[in-house]
Amino acid sequence: MTVLALIEHDRGRLVPAALESLTFGRQLADRIGTELEAVTIGSTADGLAAHLGEFGAATVHQAHHELLADFSADGWADSVVTLIGTGNPHAVVASGTDRGNEVLAHVAARLDAPFVANVLPTGLETGADRNSPWHLTRVRWGGSLHERAVLHADVKLMTAALHRVDAERADTPGPATPAPFLPVLEERAAITIVRDRVERTAGVTLATASVVVGGGRGVGSPEGFAPLEDLAQLLGGVVGCSRAVTNNGWRNHTDQVGQTGTRISADVYFACGISGAIQHWVGASGAKCIIAINTDPGANIVTKADYAVIGDLHEVVPAIADEIRRRRD
Amino acid sequence: MRVLICIKRVPAPGARINLTADGQAVDTTNLGFTMSPHEECALEAGLALVETHGGSATALTVGRPEAEEQLRYAASLGVTSVVLVPTDGNDWDPQRTARAITGAVEHLEAGADGSFDLIIFGNESADSGGFQVGVRVARALDRPVVTGAKGLTVDEDVASIRREIDGVQEVYELPLPAVVGVKEGINLPRYPTMKGRLTSRKATVDAINATGEAGGQAMVTLLSPPEVASHLVVLGDGVTAAPAVVDVLDELGLL
Repeated sequence: MTVLALIEHDRGRLVPAALESLTFGRQLADRIGTELEAVTIGSTADGLAAHLGEFGAATVHQAHHELLADFSADGWADSVVTLIGTGNPHAVVASGTDRGNEVLAHVAARLDAPFVANVLPTGLETGADRNSPWHLTRVRWGGSLHERAVLHADVKLMTAALHRVDAERADTPGPATPAPFLPVLEERAAITIVRDRVERTAGVTLATASVVVGGGRGVGSPEGFAPLEDLAQLLGGVVGCSRAVTNNGWRNHTDQVGQTGTRISADVYFACGISGAIQHWVGASGAKCIIAINTDPGANIVTKADYAVIGDLHEVVPAIADEIRRRRD
Repeated sequence: MRVLICIKRVPAPGARINLTADGQAVDTTNLGFTMSPHEECALEAGLALVETHGGSATALTVGRPEAEEQLRYAASLGVTSVVLVPTDGNDWDPQRTARAITGAVEHLEAGADGSFDLIIFGNESADSGGFQVGVRVARALDRPVVTGAKGLTVDEDVASIRREIDGVQEVYELPLPAVVGVKEGINLPRYPTMKGRLTSRKATVDAINATGEAGGQAMVTLLSPPEVASHLVVLGDGVTAAPAVVDVLDELGLL
């Protein structure tokens, strides 16, 4: 009886959220008094074992199969189901990312078992024995609402909500004993493989930029973004926008900050002419400092921001850019 | 080709979400309703495929009778038939929802029009965000599924799906019939025409009773997250605030 953490990676490159879910899994294992095990899928990830030991993994199961060179939701799910069959874990935890949620949905569908997406580390009540229902808190609306839920399942399947657990090394590292295994893949795993793959060249992206200059409905037009572009460029950042902007066709969806767009993690987010509906806030709230520029002092984004300028963004944004240039001269 | 698009009626909250006194639901007293953003794009994707390849698009929802509003919106965009799987009023858990949709699909496919070539879901619902109903339905129907689609084309009997995760673009090719979960950004959804609005009022909403057995996850109550304490500092009005803004940037080491 163990807690099994599915380690998300891309061709052996660890996804940061994987260490959050591994830490989540360790806290869970400690709570129910059992061992933490990890599973990596594909031989490209074999080199991760020692690192996972630092986070407390006692065993690192390693799925090896020729169809597992790249990510595959079916192949990954089949591998996890194989391990559930042989190891009978108490719980399986994955990262609350697109892939983590996708794989556990596939696992749950195979087992016809419940799967709870995006669980918070707080408020977990695991019960006295394996058959006890668990009570837990999960996020809805991208985190704008919490849900207390009860879970009845033999194997508890869940993902750890993103950025709600700090990835922390264990006080006592685990031995991370490698345990290679051959997963039983269904025929479908040969059909739903990745046929083509392109890695985009690294650069400043919306998700990783240290400065994001965001514009909303108040920008008024596609051309209205020119001063925002200028300010972003001055600060080595990128331009973002609200859903109203993409719905109007003013900018591409790849620039959209929000629940159905990108969640930013910038040092500074300028929210210009954005009212700040909850769906936008979900994407913006990861910024360490939010500066709102808005004509309406009562706008939701203004009340939640760290700093605000009450005024017309079409005048304020160029004035900020001018001031930066003046001080740099 | 025959396409089914599954949608969900959700509240359209503004600046905050209020709960009912018993904590069992979002207080929608002053709210409008919409469908999840990913599903608006699912509808657009389905309609575009039918325009290119011919055939028909059907929209289906599991929900209260009021969800007819979203079905009629789908009809106003050009969907040829709309199907309501009525619930008892409470939100169903993901397993139950998937079982009900599967039952409804089997019922629809037993009819004269035959099987759906493609069933399109939104990647996850805007409200509960369970990330699983489409995958479960695909499994129950024994069809391949890919989620997170940011591109979708059909050539003969193969659906080509493009998606992007952390800067890696992946392309999948699924033999039809298949299931796809799409994300906002795959397209820009159309708006209804006046003619579409008028005809949608007369559209017949087909009801299929498919209840589905409850699954192992149940909501106990909804909770508002703790309020983040406000630390707002107003730096000033208009252009006169610019030096104060740049002071903040300087403090943060961004100059």
